[in-house]
Amino acid sequence: MGLKTFKGGVHPFEGKELAKDQPIKEVKPEGELVYPVSQHIGAPANPVVSVGDAVLRGQLIAEAGGFVSSPIYASVSGTVKAIEPRRVAVGDMVKSIVIENDGEYREAEFHPCDNVEGLSREEIITKVKDAGVVGMGGAGFPTHVKLSPKEPEKIEYIIANCAECEPYLTADYRRMLENPEELIEGMRIILKLFDKAKGVFGIENNKPDCIAKLTELTRNEPRMEVCALQTKYPQGGERQLIYAVTGRAINSKMLPADAGCIVNNVETILAVYNAVKLGKPVMNRVSTITGDAVNHPGNFLYYIGTNYAELVEAAGGFKSQPEKMISGGPMMGFSMFSLDIPTTKTSSSLLCFLKDEVAEIEPSACINCGRCVEACPEQLIPSRLARMSNNGLADTFEAWHGLECIECGSCSFVCPARRQLAQSIKTMKKQVLAAKRKK
Amino acid sequence: MSDFYHVSSSPHVRAKDTTGRIMLYVIIGLLPTSLFGIYNFGYKALILILVTIASCVASEWVFNKIVHKKNTIGDLSAVVTGLLLALNLPATLPWWQAVLGGVFAIVVVKMLFGGLGQNFMNPALGARCFLLIAFAANMTSFEINAYTGATPLAAMRAGEAVNAMDMLIGRTAGTIGETSAIAILIGAIFLILMGVIDLRIPASYIITFVIFILLFGGYGFDINYVTAQLCGGGLMLGAFFMATDYVTSPITPRGQILFGICCGIFTGLFRCFGANAEGVSFAIILSNILVPLIEKYTVPRAFGQVKESKKAEGGK
Repeated sequence: MGLKTFKGGVHPFEGKELAKDQPIKEVKPEGELVYPVSQHIGAPANPVVSVGDAVLRGQLIAEAGGFVSSPIYASVSGTVKAIEPRRVAVGDMVKSIVIENDGEYREAEFHPCDNVEGLSREEIITKVKDAGVVGMGGAGFPTHVKLSPKEPEKIEYIIANCAECEPYLTADYRRMLENPEELIEGMRIILKLFDKAKGVFGIENNKPDCIAKLTELTRNEPRMEVCALQTKYPQGGERQLIYAVTGRAINSKMLPADAGCIVNNVETILAVYNAVKLGKPVMNRVSTITGDAVNHPGNFLYYIGTNYAELVEAAGGFKSQPEKMISGGPMMGFSMFSLDIPTTKTSSSLLCFLKDEVAEIEPSACINCGRCVEACPEQLIPSRLARMSNNGLADTFEAWHGLECIECGSCSFVCPARRQLAQSIKTMKKQVLAAKRKK
Repeated sequence: MSDFYHVSSSPHVRAKDTTGRIMLYVIIGLLPTSLFGIYNFGYKALILILVTIASCVASEWVFNKIVHKKNTIGDLSAVVTGLLLALNLPATLPWWQAVLGGVFAIVVVKMLFGGLGQNFMNPALGARCFLLIAFAANMTSFEINAYTGATPLAAMRAGEAVNAMDMLIGRTAGTIGETSAIAILIGAIFLILMGVIDLRIPASYIITFVIFILLFGGYGFDINYVTAQLCGGGLMLGAFFMATDYVTSPITPRGQILFGICCGIFTGLFRCFGANAEGVSFAIILSNILVPLIEKYTVPRAFGQVKESKKAEGGK
């Protein structure tokens, strides 16, 4: 005992054994690369190249469209082939820059920084901003905005989200084992921004080797510590992680900064390291390609913009025709109807399953068992919220705190009547929020 | 195009427990006391259990057929209702009355309100009360070892001495499933271990009830009296297997405790001041009716929500 955690949550089948022991392998793209201008939260980026332009790896191809936005860089050298709408993982068509890879990987000039200690706060944030760093765990919130809270002196914790609580995903795990020095260096850079803050690596205890390694490496770092967390989904949810590490609870109307915290995931902190120390923009990332449908599940360092189908090839291709493709984890990821979709800064994984587990599920009547209530990390009553959603009762939905839902899916996961609870709640949440925005 | 993959909204995985499996756990949890009932009251008890279950399952099947609904007997909830009803009947009840009880439980209390999950009252208890009113004499005549005997509660009310050990083990008169506190507890522990029920309702129910009878029972702190009240009637069966019925108890955690307290107060009230020695069935049914009200006032505060009054302090 003594492991920190939050109230509620579920224990899905972990499935991490599939890819856990596969070292990170680099995948060079072969076909065209596609860069949607919107791969972050906030305003879409504006293309600064035109069709026919030659680009270098690391060259800016779209600039930030505002403060809450992020620029995009070419990850390969080649020629801009088209700027046109392309299908993305969530299913929308998004304006995208298409680059024909010349296979030469000629790089733009990068400006590594030898004296990180000498950088000012503003210089660090500018470097992070210009490198296009966003929350790479999946949300894609621009990191420079996160690192610029209203009152920086009130930040007490920089939390590295090393929970990786989604089943099957092992990319962060591999990163922690293979790039721990860079991770710690990235944390050191972020800590430079906040004098009073302590850096905490929150790691689920199903990754004892990571806990041991980071504990060992941070032994002489007075401002950093490792916090072992109970293995439970959604331990890596921002609010749940903050609570586990600090005991502070925030709601949907608050920012982590209100609790004196800033949370970044492993890949994001590494991107900060690359941006500040090496002067490199976000061009590559690691992602897990796994599931029972691929021949060789593994963790791959790829060039952002690579087509998902190429990553599947890198993982040995399909054993036989799969039924389901999920971008992200099985609890919160998006299922995709096609593989002809580009990877983005936030593509943390691709799960390929031979069978679609949920396709045969038929919901039956709610028996009021309360398992969804026990599972809800936000202490809501999902079964009632779902009923209000289905009945269109927006006001009651809000009164029962429906907007606090973090869409983790734990309620649907545990429901013995197999009801689509999270799905209904998400729908109503969108409607209520849209109505509020209109006002 | 044939190579489209399946699309659905997350989550894309599910836990293994289903409604049917939970009902199966409840049936297993009821086995110890059912078997003890059969041992205690003989073959009549076995027949009555089988007849009642058959009546419930058949009622649900026929009802679904008549109203052209998908059949739901596979979820085993009718079996649970039948078994629970039988455990609440005296072994000597004529079989046709038990059949009628089963029909009432399923058709009137459950299906007419929309089936599983929609009934506002525990079907087995609703039917028991129906039978109590319709066939009062049969329902309150208890026989053990071929002698008509009073239940420990009734005996105590009449001023007779009762044996606490007999009541723990269950060698007393009563309904088929209520006599053995030990057998009931074994089943209840199983359900708690399997995560089917938790202690909120049973514990708050029993504790409230004990406090109530200590205050108003008129015996003060008399260990024999308290044991008799706890084990001598339907309290144990009611607290662990009937009050915990998912459908007819609150879903909010605080509401469950409040619900248990209501059950405890009503049971105490009926037993101490009512005309009957028993009061569990009515207490639970009455509390069932209060559930919507209880839920309304016990909506939990969401994670990280600050109480209005605490907002000024910037509470965490």
